Amino acid sequence: MLSLPKTVHDQMVAHCLTGLPEEACGLLGGDLSTAQAVTCYPTRNVAASAKLYTVDPKEHLLADRNAEAAGNSIIGVFHSHTHTEAYPSPTDVAQAPDPEWHYVLVSLRDVQPVVRSYRIVDGKVTEEPVRLQPR
Amino acid sequence: MPVPVNLPTVLRSHAGGAKAVSVEGSTVGEALTALVEQCPGLAGQVIDGDGTLHKFVNVYLNDDDVRYLSSLDTPVSDSDEISILPAVAGGAVGDRFPPLR
Repeated sequence: MLSLPKTVHDQMVAHCLTGLPEEACGLLGGDLSTAQAVTCYPTRNVAASAKLYTVDPKEHLLADRNAEAAGNSIIGVFHSHTHTEAYPSPTDVAQAPDPEWHYVLVSLRDVQPVVRSYRIVDGKVTEEPVRLQPR
Repeated sequence: MPVPVNLPTVLRSHAGGAKAVSVEGSTVGEALTALVEQCPGLAGQVIDGDGTLHKFVNVYLNDDDVRYLSSLDTPVSDSDEISILPAVAGGAVGDRFPPLR
């Protein structure tokens, strides 16, 4: 289960909406051992595409350093699907970089954004609950 | 001269759990080759068989992506540090409804 403060959730969704019509992406900083997200790091999508995303490598480095400096680490990545549901695509699964990460999808297909989170281990996708925290 | 190489969480198990490994090298390529010699589990995960940088990692010299410098030929000097992070990418290409589970 991924614990997501409302502030982090809102930043994530706002970044995805701002990115339209392209896919938007970013990283989540926090504590891997408790699956607690603490910080949202919105990043540039250097693929600049409605169908693909690539987290800006330089912004990834800065986010990683920022998280480490706070005693945390990068615990996952989020990105939007502009016209499809919040489920990892074959591309997302094939390129999932870290089995310990949480993979958050924000679907903007409908008027109301849909946020779902997954674990991706050895090509196997498992949805996990998201606990929204009121702070 | 020794150069620290910072490893991402996903590769640390190949370095006995260490966050960073100190290696010798005067270029990024030499340092990464030394890293793989020291941690054989990293073979093929950072540098490909043809001697080029693996597509799914980003390697930085201090603050800069080495692909925008001289890639593996980038010189390394005292007080530099190398960082490796996974390339984070994906997308909705070919996306369909999820399989029934």
